[in-house]
Amino acid sequence: MLSPVILITAVLNGLMTGAVYALVALGLTLIYGVLHIINFAHGALLSAALFAAFLAYQKLGLDPYVAAFLLAPCFFALGYALQRFVIGPASHGDDRNMLLVTLGLAVLIENALLYEFRADTRTIDLAYSFKTINFGFTFLSVSRLISFVAVFVVALALWLIMALTDTGKAIRAVAREKLGAELAGIDVAHIYAMTFGLGTACVAIAACLLIPTYYVNPSAGNAFVLVAFTIVVLGGMGSVPGALIGGLVIGVVESLGGFFFGESLGQVGIFLIFIAVLLFRPRGLFGASA
Amino acid sequence: MRGVLAIAVVIAVLAVVPLLVHSNVVLNFLVVTLMIALAGQGWNIIGGYGGQYSFGHAAFFGTGAYVTAILQVHYGVNAWIGFLAGIVAGGAVGGIIGGLAFRAGLRSSYFALVTLAFAEVLRILASVAPITGAGVGLLVKLDLRAQSFQFQSRAVFYYVVLALVAIGLLIAQWLEHSRFGTWLIAVRENEDAAMALGVDATAVKLSAMVISAAITAAAGCFYVQYFLFIDSSIAYGTWISIEALLTPIIGGVGTVFGALVGALVVKSLGEGAKLVTGDVPGLDLMIYGVMLILVIAFAPRGLVGTLTDLRAGLTRRFGFPRKTAEVVRG
Repeated sequence: MLSPVILITAVLNGLMTGAVYALVALGLTLIYGVLHIINFAHGALLSAALFAAFLAYQKLGLDPYVAAFLLAPCFFALGYALQRFVIGPASHGDDRNMLLVTLGLAVLIENALLYEFRADTRTIDLAYSFKTINFGFTFLSVSRLISFVAVFVVALALWLIMALTDTGKAIRAVAREKLGAELAGIDVAHIYAMTFGLGTACVAIAACLLIPTYYVNPSAGNAFVLVAFTIVVLGGMGSVPGALIGGLVIGVVESLGGFFFGESLGQVGIFLIFIAVLLFRPRGLFGASA
Repeated sequence: MRGVLAIAVVIAVLAVVPLLVHSNVVLNFLVVTLMIALAGQGWNIIGGYGGQYSFGHAAFFGTGAYVTAILQVHYGVNAWIGFLAGIVAGGAVGGIIGGLAFRAGLRSSYFALVTLAFAEVLRILASVAPITGAGVGLLVKLDLRAQSFQFQSRAVFYYVVLALVAIGLLIAQWLEHSRFGTWLIAVRENEDAAMALGVDATAVKLSAMVISAAITAAAGCFYVQYFLFIDSSIAYGTWISIEALLTPIIGGVGTVFGALVGALVVKSLGEGAKLVTGDVPGLDLMIYGVMLILVIAFAPRGLVGTLTDLRAGLTRRFGFPRKTAEVVRG
């Protein structure tokens, strides 16, 4: 029977899942907005970050929420180095080459993880993993509420970086007019790498928020990234508010789609939205111009 | 003419292999390699000559495979007819995806994404639909007769796939010397300029997409006849999308022999790595990833393209005037 309480719970759960989607998408859209390429290595980097969070807990006993403060800078550095020393030089400034290099990185990272950890799916057990709060009409998971809030904190921090710091200004300048920024003395290769680093740091934080309630295996990140592509396209490539709203929308669509049609068909719903938006409004709902 | 001769020589050399080698392991390796070369040649038509990088050629491979299998398993259709139907269906799916994407003006990242999304949708649908055997997959009944496209000997399969590869090579050769191919390359180099000169870019890309999809679908049809089994993660999995684009890029994107050379190199390295370390999952694909990055970084025109460049460079440096004279006379 369809009761409004179940429906509301499904919507709320969708919003919380959607927030993490939004964070993954935020990294992707940031990179797209500046470098004008889709980073196909995003999913593999998310898998790597999930493993890093898993190991931080397993070997160092670090709580994932604490590990986020360690992993975010590490993954920022990793992203910076990848763009500065691998993707940038290897692609000779050609968009299609960049796509292929990120795809190559994705294949490399995912299979390095497979090689090292095998295909086993792992989880970590935390005291609060399955704690819920009673809201009277429904129960919500504590850790998912935390991640919901954390995503908005990260988005705010990112916005502050963009609005207030010199690096943020330079990033916006390069996104707007690369040649002009270069003429004004901005080191474009450095800014590209900074952007890539920020995008990768988003992924690391998303991983730390996910790991208490999610599992990790070498291809765990892919599920999120296909969804993140959809969000980025829906919200308009390069648009930060678009990514946030798109993430929440997609989270709800998936939750309701899964609720009405079953898990795997809920996913088809996402892809159909994706294809429809690509074909009929490739600028997205919030994007300025393709 | 020289191009056709080169194809004939290469195919003739490859055709001798089963006469010399009787090891089933080696033949099996070569059959799979040629099948991947065929899938890659399909990608090469729209990706290499047309400059539209598809990240979802699994959509065509899988459609070819499923149509071949479903027609035989559920409708008792003859395998050869199923094979042809699979190729046609793959081409049709290419036409639909290409038509939608090119009409919407999708390029570069967007085109890569939309092709990827179509392949994923098909994979999810195939993993739940009853007609595709859902999660279990489809088994084609063993019936080792030529009229059901099944052969006892791997050598026969080898000749079948070699013939398909030869057709793929001839199509690429035709592209390089036909008006249509010139249009396609013009669109790749500068779509706006090509349109200004009166080339119908959308129609040209669409036709190339259909040819491309049909060739890759043929590889999928062949997969079913060779392994007699298909499921959604094989048919529409990312592995085939990646191998289809990897082989021509490594071999030489937009060259006649690129996909074939790429498949031989990529598969040999993958198998070689397995021989050295034992069958560890992930290792061969790790090597593919590294190769993809290295080739783009250091030989963006692939192995064939780089060799051609080298030869042209040597000719220029040491001067064989004969070549220039020919051009002037021609």
